[in-house]
Amino acid sequence: MRSNKLIAILVLLAVFVPLLPGCIGGGDVNIGVYEPMTGSSAAGGQMTYEGIQLANELFPEVLGKKVRLFLEDNKTDKSEAANAVARLIDQKKVVAIIGSYGSSLSIAGGNVAKTKQIPVVGCSPTNPLVTKGNDFYFRVCFIDPFQGRVMAKYAIDNLKAKTAAIIKNVQDDYAVGLANYFKEAFISLTKDPKAVLGELEYNTGDQDFTAQLTKTASLKPDVIFAPGNYGDSALMIRQARTLRITVPFLGGDTWEAPEFMSIGKEAVEGATFSTHYSVQAAPIDASKKFVDAYKKKFNKDPNAFAALGYDAYMVILEAIRVAGKAEPLAIKDALVKTKGFKGATGTITMDANRDANKSAVILQVKGGKFQYLTTVEPF
Amino acid sequence: MEALRLPIAMFLQHLANAISLGSLYALVAIGYTMVYGILRLINFAHGDLLMLAAYVVYYSQGMFHLPWPVSISLSVVVTMCLGIVVERAAYRPLRDSPRTTILISAIGVSFLVENLGLVVFGGRPQSFPLPRFLDIGSATQIGSVTVENITFAIPVVTLALLYALLYIVHKTKTGMAMRAVARDVDTARLMGIDVDRIIATTFALGSALAAVGGIMWAMKFPQINPLMGMMPGMKCFIAAVFGGIGNVSGAVAGGFILGVAEIMIVAFLPAISGYRDAFAFIILIGTLLLRPTGLVGEKAAEKV
Repeated sequence: MRSNKLIAILVLLAVFVPLLPGCIGGGDVNIGVYEPMTGSSAAGGQMTYEGIQLANELFPEVLGKKVRLFLEDNKTDKSEAANAVARLIDQKKVVAIIGSYGSSLSIAGGNVAKTKQIPVVGCSPTNPLVTKGNDFYFRVCFIDPFQGRVMAKYAIDNLKAKTAAIIKNVQDDYAVGLANYFKEAFISLTKDPKAVLGELEYNTGDQDFTAQLTKTASLKPDVIFAPGNYGDSALMIRQARTLRITVPFLGGDTWEAPEFMSIGKEAVEGATFSTHYSVQAAPIDASKKFVDAYKKKFNKDPNAFAALGYDAYMVILEAIRVAGKAEPLAIKDALVKTKGFKGATGTITMDANRDANKSAVILQVKGGKFQYLTTVEPF
Repeated sequence: MEALRLPIAMFLQHLANAISLGSLYALVAIGYTMVYGILRLINFAHGDLLMLAAYVVYYSQGMFHLPWPVSISLSVVVTMCLGIVVERAAYRPLRDSPRTTILISAIGVSFLVENLGLVVFGGRPQSFPLPRFLDIGSATQIGSVTVENITFAIPVVTLALLYALLYIVHKTKTGMAMRAVARDVDTARLMGIDVDRIIATTFALGSALAAVGGIMWAMKFPQINPLMGMMPGMKCFIAAVFGGIGNVSGAVAGGFILGVAEIMIVAFLPAISGYRDAFAFIILIGTLLLRPTGLVGEKAAEKV
C-alpha cells in the first residue's frame, strides 16, 4: 500500500512540476506558439516553428527582457488547437501568440484568443475568416481571394486553360475557401459561367482518390485545381498519373513541403502552385539576414513557412517595442498600426482587416525541386 | 481517356477502383474479425499494428536495403511478436475482468502505440518505398480500363490468407483448440488445452494478418505516418461488423461491399462525394440497428 501511495505522489509530481515554470518567471516576455507539430500538417507546423525559433535566437530580447517561447502542438486537430491556445494563455501566461499553419486550426484557436483577449499573429493561415470579425487575430501573409485569383490567372494566361475542375478536401476551411475563390476568379476571367466543369470532394484522412479522379477525368478539364494538404495532394497526383490522367495539377501554398516531392516523386513533376516567398525570387535586403542565418543553422534553403514564422515573431517584437510594454491589449493596439515593416517575406502593412497585403510567387516542381517561376503583385 | 466518356467504360473503371479498395478493406477486416471470433475482443490496436508493420518495412528498406521478401517476412515476424507482447501486457492480466475493461485496455494500447509512434518515428509523413513494378505509373491497360498493378495483388493475397485462415481454424489441432476456447474457456482448460498459449497464438495470427494488411495498405497508399492505422482501423471494423463480426468470410464480403459502396457513391452522386466517410458509418449504424449479426453472422449464443 505504502509503495502505491509513493507512486501516486510521484505521478502527481510528474504531472504538475512541468507546469511550475509557467507560473513563475514573471520578468520574462512569454510568447506562445501553437502549430501542428504532428498529424497530417506536421511538416507545415515544423517548418514554421524553425523560422520562429531562428528569430528568437537572433533577437532574444525586447525592452531589456528575455523573450521566452512556449510551443503547444495542436496535432492538426481543430479541438486541440482551441485547447492549445487556452493552455498557452491560462498556464503559460503568454502576452501574444503565433500560429497556426492551417486556416481551420487558426479559426478554432482564434475564438479562444478572442474571448481571452490575447493577440495572435498568424504566419500562413490564408482563409479570410481567420481574421474576419476577430479583432485579436492578425496575419503576415496574403489571403485566399488573392491566391485563388493568382492561380486562375496563371491557368488562363500560361496554360491557355479554358476549362477547369476542382477536387478539394471539404473538411478543410482553407481548401474549401481557396477552391471557391479560384472558381470565382476563373469564371470571371474566362467570362464563361460554365468554365468550371465540376467540383469533387474528399475528407481528411482519405487516401483513395481514384473515384474522384476518374469522374474528373471524364469531364476533360484543361487543368485540375486541387488545394489541400501536401501529403493528400501528392498521393492524389500519384494516383492520377498511374490512372494515365495527364491533366496539369494546380494548387496553393500548402503544397510547399519536402514531403510533397518525396511522396509524389516523379508524378508531381510539373505541379504548379502559389506561395508566399521563394529564396530564388529577387532578394529583398531585409530577408538577407534571415536567409543567411537560416542556411547556417539548418544547412538548407529556407521555405515560405519558415520565413513567415520569422516575420510573425519579428512583427510581435516590433509591436511590443512600439507599445513600450508587454501587455496583450497594448500589443494588440500596436499591431493594428504595423506599417511598412520590412520582413523576410517582404513589406508588411496591416490593412483594415488585419491582413497583410503582399505579393505571391508561383513555384513549379522541376527535377525534384521547387523552381521559382514568377512573382505576382496584388491586383 | 477518350473512352471514359462512355458510361459503361467509366463504370468499369470505377468498378476496378472499387475492387482495389474493397479487397484492401477485406484484407484488414479479416484480422479484426478473427481475433473477435475467437476471443470476443475487439482489438482496437489492430490498426496500430498495421502501422507498425508498415514502418518496419520502411526502415528495413530505407536503412538496411533488405530484399523485399526478407523485409516483408521480417515485418510480419516483428508484428507478430508485438501482438504477443500486447496480449501479454494489456489483455492477459484482465482475462477475468468484465469485457468492457479489456475493451478499454485495447483503446489504451491503441493510443499508446500511436503516441509512441509519434515520438519514435516523428509526426511527418514518410514516403513508403515501392518495388519497381508497383511504383508510379505501374498500371495495366485492359481495354479502356486502367488498373493499378497492386490491384491484382491485393485480392489474391486476401483470398489466399482467407483460405489459409479457414484451414488453420477448421483443419488443424490448434484451430480446434481455438474454436474450443471461443466456445468456453473453462471447459477448454479442463480438456487439457493450454488456453494462454492458444490465445497468444490467436493474437500472433491476427497480428500477422495486420502486418500483411499494413504492407499492402502502404503499397497502395505509399504515404505512411504514425496515425495511418486509425482510418483503416475504423473502416475495417465497419466492414467486419457489416459482414458479421467474428465471421471471416463475412469480413471479406463486408470489406468488398464497403469498398464498392464508397467508390460508387462518388461515381454516381459526385455532388455528395464529401459524405463518403459518413456513408461508411451509416452502414455501421444501419447494420447494428437492423441486423446486428451482420450479413452472414449466425446468431451467436451469448455466453453468460
